[in-house]
Amino acid sequence: MRVAYWPGCVSRGFTPELHGSMELVAPLLDIELIELDRANCCGAGVIAEHNQELVDTLNARTFAMAQRVAGSAGMMNICSTCQGAQSECQQRLDADDDYRRLINQHLRPEGLEYKRGDDWTNKNLLWLLVEEIGLEKLRERVVRPLEGLRVAPFYGCYIVRPTGRLGYGEFPDRDRYLEWVIDAVGATPVEYAGSHKCCGFPVITMNKATSLRQAGRHLADAIDADADCLVTPCPLCHLNLDLQQPDAAKFVERPLDIPVLHFPQMIGLALGLEPKELGMGKHVVRTRDVERKVAALAAV
Amino acid sequence: MPDYTLKIRRYDPESGDAAYWQDFTVDLAPERSVLDGILRARDQEDGSLSIRCSCQAAICGSCGVRINGKSALACNTKLSDAAERAQRGGINNEATSNGAIVVEPMGNMPVLKDLIVDMDAVHWKKIQRVVPWLLPEGEPPEREYIVDAEAMIDVTQSMACIQCGACVSACLSMEVDPEFIGPAALAKAYRFVGDPRDAHHEDRLRDLAEDPHGIYDCTHCFACIEVCPKDVAPMSQIMRLRRRATGDYAIKDSNNGYGHEKAFVDIVERWGTLHEAQLLPRSFGDGSLVKGQTRPAAVKQLIDSAPAALRGLARGKVSPRKVLIHPKLPDQKEVRRIYEEIEGRDERIELNLYIVGEEGEGGADDKEPVQGESGAES
Ligand code: SF4
Ligand code: SF4
Ligand code: FES
Repeated sequence: MRVAYWPGCVSRGFTPELHGSMELVAPLLDIELIELDRANCCGAGVIAEHNQELVDTLNARTFAMAQRVAGSAGMMNICSTCQGAQSECQQRLDADDDYRRLINQHLRPEGLEYKRGDDWTNKNLLWLLVEEIGLEKLRERVVRPLEGLRVAPFYGCYIVRPTGRLGYGEFPDRDRYLEWVIDAVGATPVEYAGSHKCCGFPVITMNKATSLRQAGRHLADAIDADADCLVTPCPLCHLNLDLQQPDAAKFVERPLDIPVLHFPQMIGLALGLEPKELGMGKHVVRTRDVERKVAALAAV
Repeated sequence: MPDYTLKIRRYDPESGDAAYWQDFTVDLAPERSVLDGILRARDQEDGSLSIRCSCQAAICGSCGVRINGKSALACNTKLSDAAERAQRGGINNEATSNGAIVVEPMGNMPVLKDLIVDMDAVHWKKIQRVVPWLLPEGEPPEREYIVDAEAMIDVTQSMACIQCGACVSACLSMEVDPEFIGPAALAKAYRFVGDPRDAHHEDRLRDLAEDPHGIYDCTHCFACIEVCPKDVAPMSQIMRLRRRATGDYAIKDSNNGYGHEKAFVDIVERWGTLHEAQLLPRSFGDGSLVKGQTRPAAVKQLIDSAPAALRGLARGKVSPRKVLIHPKLPDQKEVRRIYEEIEGRDERIELNLYIVGEEGEGGADDKEPVQGESGAES
């Protein structure tokens, strides 16, 4: 399956291991990535806060580029925040012809146009995997079932709320997919309070206490539920849960030491890729224990 | 008629006992509400079961509870829908429900008894905090204030609030920071900041921007938008408050709200994608890189945040080169042109989905979807 691929800024910036592991995992799932390397930042909610017309135009530009990728099944992203920010713009662009025309005027000098199409979609890898590729196929491809690994899902707000805008009408189980995929790769999904809550990242520069108390609390809850690691489809959540974890520990006044995997990394492990090639050495919280468990699992 | 099992959180402070769960089975038609179920349980099984309610029609806002973990009005939730959700399993129910509909008091507020929470102690106190009345300038006119109907469209969404507290119950910032002014009160604040008759827009905004628990303490989690029974979209109102504070009044607050927005927007204008290494110093310096590295308060914040950056460097996440040099997009001039076209205009254009409707086919001649400045997002 060919997709117009939007990796997002953070996966090529502060979490390069995410983009890297996606590129390794894609061929193993028969996904052909056509990277949108001329597209711009989604705005991550901040440009939306600043000027709606601007953010809608910037994302319409990305959509228009994606729609030009010949033979693609749609656009794919690997960031919950990109998903949410872009879905918000797409909802407005699709809702009103006049408004869409107005936005498209800004794209005309570049020869671009966003066309509303009922079957054109922008899906996070998580959605694409479950809805288009299918968990059956994923199961067939697993060469190293992650048996015994207890994984706590962490979705990221932007991919679970608001349900009205994020396609939950058609796909009501989108808030379950991480658990399903964890199960499909042979690991055990861990239930804990924080899975659908906020990592706190959006206010890290504005209110560090609010931000890191959220991250710290969810990490602590996952530890108390006996998780070996967390997994997240959002690199911004990863920044607060992993990069900031040592600071988060101070805000919740307890030691935290739990690795956080990017979603494609977890799939990569099950598909036989090695932790090192998946960039797990780049995490701030050491992934040793997860690696040891995985190494003990014989590849089938 | 089908049987529904309600698993209700009980608590009576006078008994001295801890809170506990109790199951009630009621025999009611599927389209009846969870509130009907609770009242039936009270009438038939236990007269001491307590809940606040009045209109039973989603108007008075008194019956807020959490149903299967989600904040909602009990009178506005059908038994059949709640049961279906319960069968599927709520997300993070504290109780293992075995298919029963789980009903708890709202969150973020102290419980007085069973399903009744102390709205005065939290919700109403926060509403008062934002001065929820009009502050016009000078003597009132002899007759009524005359306002252009257009000018009021912008605040209709925030006026739809029925003060039920569901958003307060669901707010994820308030969960870790009880002092956060919160979604309902901030939506109410916008109701006056967006009202042309009010003469204190800037004072109100400055107050809410400078308060460390004000508009910049919202973590953008969408929980309030998700649960509000009246589509008030409190988070969107908070974003409007921020937009006015930064865009219209350039209020440079000590929480870095102004700096963060300006830094982010400017970085994308310059490079097209996010240059993370510059985001922090610029945020701490009201958007300016130089200020962010020289002004004492900014430097202190930068040093406080340095450990995280150093950890990133140490793990090879970011190379020193990447910190210094960020590539521009190949067609960056196009992004700049878009910025100039839109930011060069005086008015801000917004599409108000609350008013035009989300299912809009668009193009109808009789409607005016695009508004200058005063539009609203859903
Ligand atoms: S979006 Fe902001 S106000 Fe709304 S629930 Fe989340 S933190 Fe609270
Ligand atoms: S904003 Fe919505 S959820 Fe919050 S109090 Fe008002 S009506 Fe209730
Ligand atoms: S009883 Fe009035 S809103 Fe539910």
